[in-house]
Order: sequence, then C-alpha cells, then structure tokens
Amino acid sequence: MKTDGSAGGRTYLAALPMSLWAFLFVGISLLYVIGLSLLSRGEGFGAQLPVTLDNYMRLGDRLYLRSLWLSLRLAATTALMSLLFGYPLAYFISRARPRARTWLMILLIAPFWTNALIRIYGWKILFYANGPINSVLRSLGLIEKPLKLLYTDFSVLVGMVYAMFPFFVLPVYSSLERMDWTMAEASRDLGATPLKTFFTITVPMTLPGIMAGLVLTFIPSIGLFFISDLLGGANTMLWGNLVQNELLKSHDMPFAATLSVVLLALTGVIILLYKRVGGKADDIVF
Amino acid sequence: MSEDTTLLSLRGLRKTFDTQEALNGLDLDVIRGEFLTLLGPSGCGKTTTLRIIAGLEMPTEGQVFLEGKDITLLPPEKREVNTVFQNYALFPHMNVAANIGYGLRMRKVPKADVLKRVDEMLRLVQLEGYGKRMPSQLSGGQRQRVAIARSAVLSPKLLLLDEPLGALDLQLRRQMQSELKKMQQQLGITFIYITHDQEEALNMSDRIALMRDGRFVQLDTPHNLYERPATAFAATFIGETNILDCTVVGISGEEVLLDMSGIAIPATTEDWVVPGQTLCLCIRAERLHYAKKSPEGFFLRGTFKGSHYAGSERTAEIELNTGHTLFSRQRTEQEETVLPGETVCLWWDRKTAGLVIDDREETT
Repeated sequence: MKTDGSAGGRTYLAALPMSLWAFLFVGISLLYVIGLSLLSRGEGFGAQLPVTLDNYMRLGDRLYLRSLWLSLRLAATTALMSLLFGYPLAYFISRARPRARTWLMILLIAPFWTNALIRIYGWKILFYANGPINSVLRSLGLIEKPLKLLYTDFSVLVGMVYAMFPFFVLPVYSSLERMDWTMAEASRDLGATPLKTFFTITVPMTLPGIMAGLVLTFIPSIGLFFISDLLGGANTMLWGNLVQNELLKSHDMPFAATLSVVLLALTGVIILLYKRVGGKADDIVF
Repeated sequence: MSEDTTLLSLRGLRKTFDTQEALNGLDLDVIRGEFLTLLGPSGCGKTTTLRIIAGLEMPTEGQVFLEGKDITLLPPEKREVNTVFQNYALFPHMNVAANIGYGLRMRKVPKADVLKRVDEMLRLVQLEGYGKRMPSQLSGGQRQRVAIARSAVLSPKLLLLDEPLGALDLQLRRQMQSELKKMQQQLGITFIYITHDQEEALNMSDRIALMRDGRFVQLDTPHNLYERPATAFAATFIGETNILDCTVVGISGEEVLLDMSGIAIPATTEDWVVPGQTLCLCIRAERLHYAKKSPEGFFLRGTFKGSHYAGSERTAEIELNTGHTLFSRQRTEQEETVLPGETVCLWWDRKTAGLVIDDREETT
C-alpha cells in the first residue's frame, strides 16, 4: 500500500482491523504449523517435545525428493496447459460483444457453484474403461480395446488443467479487458500482420495478466491432492498426497506439518520471484 | 482532375453501424502533396472516414482508390497509408526508438538502416537523445512528436492525423500547428488532418472539407470557406456570423431585393436565387458596422443592447425592431461610446454579405 507522509499514520490505523484479522486467522495458524513441524510424533494424533529438526532431516529421502519433483513438474505442466487453453478463451471472451461476454463469463464461473470433488468424480466416470469416452471411440470404430484412461498421468493432468484453468482465464481476461485496442490497430497500421501484432503487442501488453495467471495456477497445483488421488490412484504420489497420508494414515502430525511448511516456503519463494520480475501481488488477487 | 495529381479518391462511401448511418455517400479527391483537413462537429463522420482510408474499418458501400488502385479490401498493413492516432497509441512496452522503428522492422528493413532512419527521424522531430526513454516518461507534446515520427519514418504516400493536437494545451497547440505544417512541407507527404477546431483548420490547411451528418457540406480553400460559405451551416460553423432569414422579393440584374420580417434589404444575387425563395443572408460579425450617425446608402436601425470587451476587439449586441439580434465586432482603437438603449445605424459592404441556402435544421 502506498501512502504519503502526512496520512501515513492514519492509514496505518485504518488498516489495523485488517492486520488483526490476518494475524488471528492466518498468522496464528501459520505459527502453529511451523511450531508443530519442530516437535516429535506423540501418542495417536498428538505431538510432543523435545523441539527437534528431525522432521526436516527426513526430507532428504529419495522418496520425498522424487515426490517434490513430480509435484513441481505437474504444477508447471498444468500452468502451461492452462496458458495454452486459457489465453485463447480469455481473448475470445474479451473480444465478444458485451452481452455474449456476460454469458461466457457466467459459463466459466458456473462450475464453481458445484463442489470441486464432485466435478472430479464426474471426470472419473468419463475416464472409466466402459465410460462415455471409450464407448464413443469404440462405436466410431477408432479403437478396438478400451483405452486405459483412468489412473494415468494423462487423466491427472486433464483433471488438474480442468480445475485450474479458470484461474488463468480470469486475470488474463481482466488485462485483455483493460487493454487499449488502438495499440493493436496502430500495429496493423504500421505494417504488422494480425499474428505479428498478437505476439509483439497484445501478449506483451497483457503480460501482467499472464504472469498472474501462471502463478495462480502453479501455486495451488503443487498442493492439490484430491485430483491425483481420484484420477491417478495410488500411482501418483504428489506432495499434497504425502501431507494427506502422513496426517490421515500415519497420523504423524509433526511430519505432515513439516511437509506443509516446505510447501509454504516454496510458495513464498515463487511469489518473491514473481514480484522480482515486476509482477504486483495485487494482480494475483485482482 | 488528372490521374497523376490525384492521390486518393473516395467514391460513394457509405458506412452504417447497426442502424446508425455514419457516412452518407462521400466522394472526395485528394491532391498529391496537399494538406487537407476534415472539419466538422463531433459525430459528423470524420474519424470513420479516416478509419476507412486507413483500412481499420470496412465501408458498407463505396470504394477507396490510392493512385488509381482500388484498395477498399486491402488490410491496413498492406496500405501505404499511416495514421497518427488521437491518443497517439504509442506502445507502452517499447522505448521511443523501438516505437519509431516498429514499422521498419515489420517491413524487414536491415537493423543498421532501422537505427539510422530512427536517428534521422528523432532529429527531425527534435527529440535527439530521447530514443531510450519510455513513452510514459515523455510530455504530451513529445509523445505527439514520437507518434508522428513513427508514422512518417515509413514515408507513406498519405498520412492520416486524427486530432493529433487535441490533448495539448493552447500554447503548445499553436506551436505544434506551425511545426506540423513545416514538417508536412519538408517531408512532402500528403496529409489528411482531422479537427473540430475551425481556427486550426483555417491556419494549416490547403483545403478544408467541412462535414456534417456523414456528408461534405463544402470542400474549399480556407479563404473561400470563410469568404464564400456555401450554406448557412458552413457560415455559422466557421467564424461568428449573423444569419438573416429572408424571402426573395424580386431580382433585377445583379441585384436582389430581400424581405426580412418586413424590412427590405438589397443584396447581390447568385445564379441559383429565384423569386419567392427563402434563404439566408450572412454577414460576418466583424464586417457589420454600427455608429450613431447614419451612413450614406443602405442601413438598418437598431437598439444598442450592450457589448463584450475583448482587448483589441469589442462585440456589440444590437437589436432590430423586428426582434432580431445582430452582433458586430469592431476594433477598439477608435471606438465611439454608445450606451445601452441608444439607437444606432447598422451597415455593411454589400460584397461581404453572401446569400446561402438554409440548412441549419437539417438532420439525417
């Protein structure tokens, strides 16, 4: 927040309730998780002293490094696929007539009115060996034996991109919406083809939206566990699944907290990098 | 007009937006090397005309010819026509040099040549050393120059300028007017210039096309447009003019006798004037004189109502006994003191009063 000198003190006071709220609901829980990660496993769901870094030592294990790598790779792929599908959609919506634009936005947001878990179950049904996709392909004579779709990297990726790409479309749409289209006209006027104009003018001018969209799809993708759980089965052990396992199966709260702290630190680093290249944290929340 | 002097021709240009008629059948021939201004109130179709010439808008009907070739369907990037946009449309993510060199790079001009020509252009618009600046670091006047340089560097056959001085303050505007005119002559590029500022149009143009409701009202030199307006709209849009609604009583030779609410007024006739016709007599405010003493020849009587002082000039408001109010603008150096309520005589040189058709109420 930018303030000038004279109003500075008062603005600070005005922001106090917000800071208090943030401290209560974000700060305390964060401190709790960090504190927990430094304890040892206790009876049942418990945690006990002494304070130790043992949990962090365990992270060096190949299993965890591999899971981290897989999670980051999947998150990056998800973000890039969201870019690939989301940008054209955002472009199309922003160039539509105002009435059509409203309807397209409603269509984009409508799925959020249903629980994400239920929507992913929907994909699961689509991917079954005797599900709709395989039956259609078979009746068209394109395949003889049903394709194995479910519990593959492909099905996980589809689910992830499906769940995440609206978060790419929204910030890109808002920066396309704010774009001054006479810039594109000027580019055409100066001799650039529509394609050239797109890459030299439209993309650079909407770069803040693209960056925000990438961050918004990448970060949650690292921690998402239920999609890989439902569509990837036991084949995929992502970071989010590790946290879930430690918590719900092994009942190791301190280690689950440690895994979460790693995720938090990673997210923090990415946001810092994003700010370093000139992105505004505000654009993410837009 | 012969083929080699005509650069651009518009033929029967029409444009409809939804149900709104923006252009109503325009015909225009632009002469090579001239400074042509499209002048008119906002919404008269100036910008639409310019956008059609640039290729940014497709006409609903009609054709555009550049050097005799039909370019109506050509996309903007294929036309040897460039535009200076009203808001300049400088690319915010490119520095000044990259902005100016953009068109050359799109034409695949070798890098060394681009640099050389960008430098030349920067010198021409007096922005040497500004190449590395971003558009956001420039003043309005500097941005405007960059916008012109960016288009002019491509040596287009025709440069279109959409109110390029609209965003500048008055002083800078005046200065840029003469700079632009000088630049146009230096570059030898044909300009089509849009403005709604009559003074700007009169100052800069070789010819002015006065527009209204998607049509040309008059296409003429600044001098003729001022001295011999074709219609009452043309007469009122440019300068301060008294319009007298009259009926033609009789014509004899060069002379026509008009009737304005019972007052007989003699004037010089035109070939289109017929007895019984209603028309307007226009007298420019600065060419309508008044004094307490009656002059020789024809004059009207009126009551002095008051005046507005403006330094070198004063505009007086005089009411005729018919209820019409006329304005007379006179130099203040030898003015006579007249008090409100006093009777004055009004007269004018017959050569300076023109007959025009009344088109003030017309709308499409």
